[in-house]
Amino acid sequence: MVECEDVVPLRLTAGSKGADAPQDKRGTIMIEIRWHGRGGQGAKTASQLLADAAFMAGKYVQSFPEYGPERSGAPITAYNRISEERCLIHSNIYEPDYVAVVDETLLQSVDVTAGLREEGAVIINSAKDPDELRPALKGYNGRVCTIDARKISMECLGAYFPNTPMLAAVVAVSGCVDKEQFIKDMEESYRHKFAKKPQVVEGNLKCLRLSMEQVRYLD
Amino acid sequence: MSIRERLSGNEAIATAMRQIEPDVFAMFPITPSTEIPQYYAAYVADGRVSTEFVCMESEHSALSACLGAEAAGCRAVTATSSAGLSYMNEVLYVAGSMRLPVVIAVSCRALTGPININHDYSDSMAERDSGFIQLYGENNQEAYDNYLMAHRIAEHPDVRLPLMVCEDGFITSHAIENIELEEDAAVKAFAGTYEPEHYLLNPNEPLAAGPYGISAYYMEARVAQAEAMKRAKKVILDVASDFENTFGRHYGLFEAYRMEDADIAMVIMGSSAGTAKAAVDRLRDKGIKAGLIKVRVFRPFPGEELAEALKNCRAVAVMDKSEGFSSCGGPLFAETASACINLDSRPKMIDIVYGLGGRDFTVKAAESVYERLCGIASGKDIGPVYSHMGQREG
Repeated sequence: MVECEDVVPLRLTAGSKGADAPQDKRGTIMIEIRWHGRGGQGAKTASQLLADAAFMAGKYVQSFPEYGPERSGAPITAYNRISEERCLIHSNIYEPDYVAVVDETLLQSVDVTAGLREEGAVIINSAKDPDELRPALKGYNGRVCTIDARKISMECLGAYFPNTPMLAAVVAVSGCVDKEQFIKDMEESYRHKFAKKPQVVEGNLKCLRLSMEQVRYLD
Repeated sequence: MSIRERLSGNEAIATAMRQIEPDVFAMFPITPSTEIPQYYAAYVADGRVSTEFVCMESEHSALSACLGAEAAGCRAVTATSSAGLSYMNEVLYVAGSMRLPVVIAVSCRALTGPININHDYSDSMAERDSGFIQLYGENNQEAYDNYLMAHRIAEHPDVRLPLMVCEDGFITSHAIENIELEEDAAVKAFAGTYEPEHYLLNPNEPLAAGPYGISAYYMEARVAQAEAMKRAKKVILDVASDFENTFGRHYGLFEAYRMEDADIAMVIMGSSAGTAKAAVDRLRDKGIKAGLIKVRVFRPFPGEELAEALKNCRAVAVMDKSEGFSSCGGPLFAETASACINLDSRPKMIDIVYGLGGRDFTVKAAESVYERLCGIASGKDIGPVYSHMGQREG
């Protein structure tokens, strides 16, 4: 288990993803991410924020949730595709490169690592270390990451918003967007979004930076 | 200059409506189309449009209000889905026969039952005979572009027919993807203004709208409507050509994807076409001559053009995302097969009903269809002509 300031993203390549991996026509790989959360926690919003960040970095994006009866607290799934070309595929994602778990209690009821590529990673919102959670991951042998979104969010924002730390952790672990560019784009986005509440911009940026530094990972 | 953005299909359609700024928007909400009037209500509240925005008590009334406005000489729009479109059924036929070019944005969703909010085409296919032109898009970009062209097609003097812009509920309506938007002024100039030849609020020409049609007149009216639908094909292509010259994106009656030398092909609509294109690419990499036709215009049906595009294939799978309970195939299959009936040599054709009520359609599923087509093309038994895929067995 390692805690570090700078998680080195595992470089996914077309080869490492296997022959069946979706590729765009330039041969660059498409990154596929699946989010697990509970209704009301904002997993869908987190997937939209990640799409925003990747969009601002010049990528083609998809962000979509799986819709059904909307119930607070029920398990929900959301998805991202990030690519250098328009994504043609419009199915759900069954073999994601990364899985983000916004609520660790889901580990008991949902097979969050189903189909997850071992070259990728699972990123779990938890105060625990990754080695404590690995036994709950049904034999997943890839990288396990944890981020204490509650602690970071309370410290930076004074309230529990798991989205911002999870977003930063996914960016740090996946490397789907350049980290410096990400902070720069998010600052601009926050300044626009919170034009009438500029005081909250600093807290959100601190939350992103701290989250990227405090991801714990276990290969 | 195009504007690089990321939007859901619903917001893309609402944006197109804002840019065109119709005179009347009469609405009644239903999932998954509700966001369209929701976004539009915000544009009205923010003073960005001067549209008369009317909240009605039902879809039947919403479309009736649109018809009243259109008959008066206004450009009128609405949006709906599923049971909402079914509830408009009676008024859809009235719109067609009154030759009122109202435009409806449809976020296509399954019909009950069991009750379901997800995507298939049971709502729009149930209205295929209502006299509406129907355009279908693969993604948010095509939903937006189809909408930009919609009013000009519907209002053209050779056509004067109502039109549905269909997008896939949730899959397109709620997914955020990249999109190229056009500038407001350019869209306004492209869509032009509606100048009806005959309208109720013209004091110089008193007229009756929607009168009783006795047997001595009914058939002439219906034939005139059918002739207008035939003429719509050329107008759709002319408007698409002007659209390409103005904004640079190409549209036809359907998209032929890697069809030049295809032995086997799939005929499909909407977002699933993108997923199936990924399968075509993989098969082409393996040297298999697979192609795909994505039907954009379902009404008027491009029968002759489709037959021409399919005539050299050996096996074709038509993919229906609605179940017509005919017991011999869905509506897209019936139309495609009858279009090919007079070809001297024609492909073997099968129908596969898939994706009902939001059942996911994957690249692997598309590959399995092409695998079956490979077998049929190489002389294997055709198997069941009409079947379903993706359902659990037992």
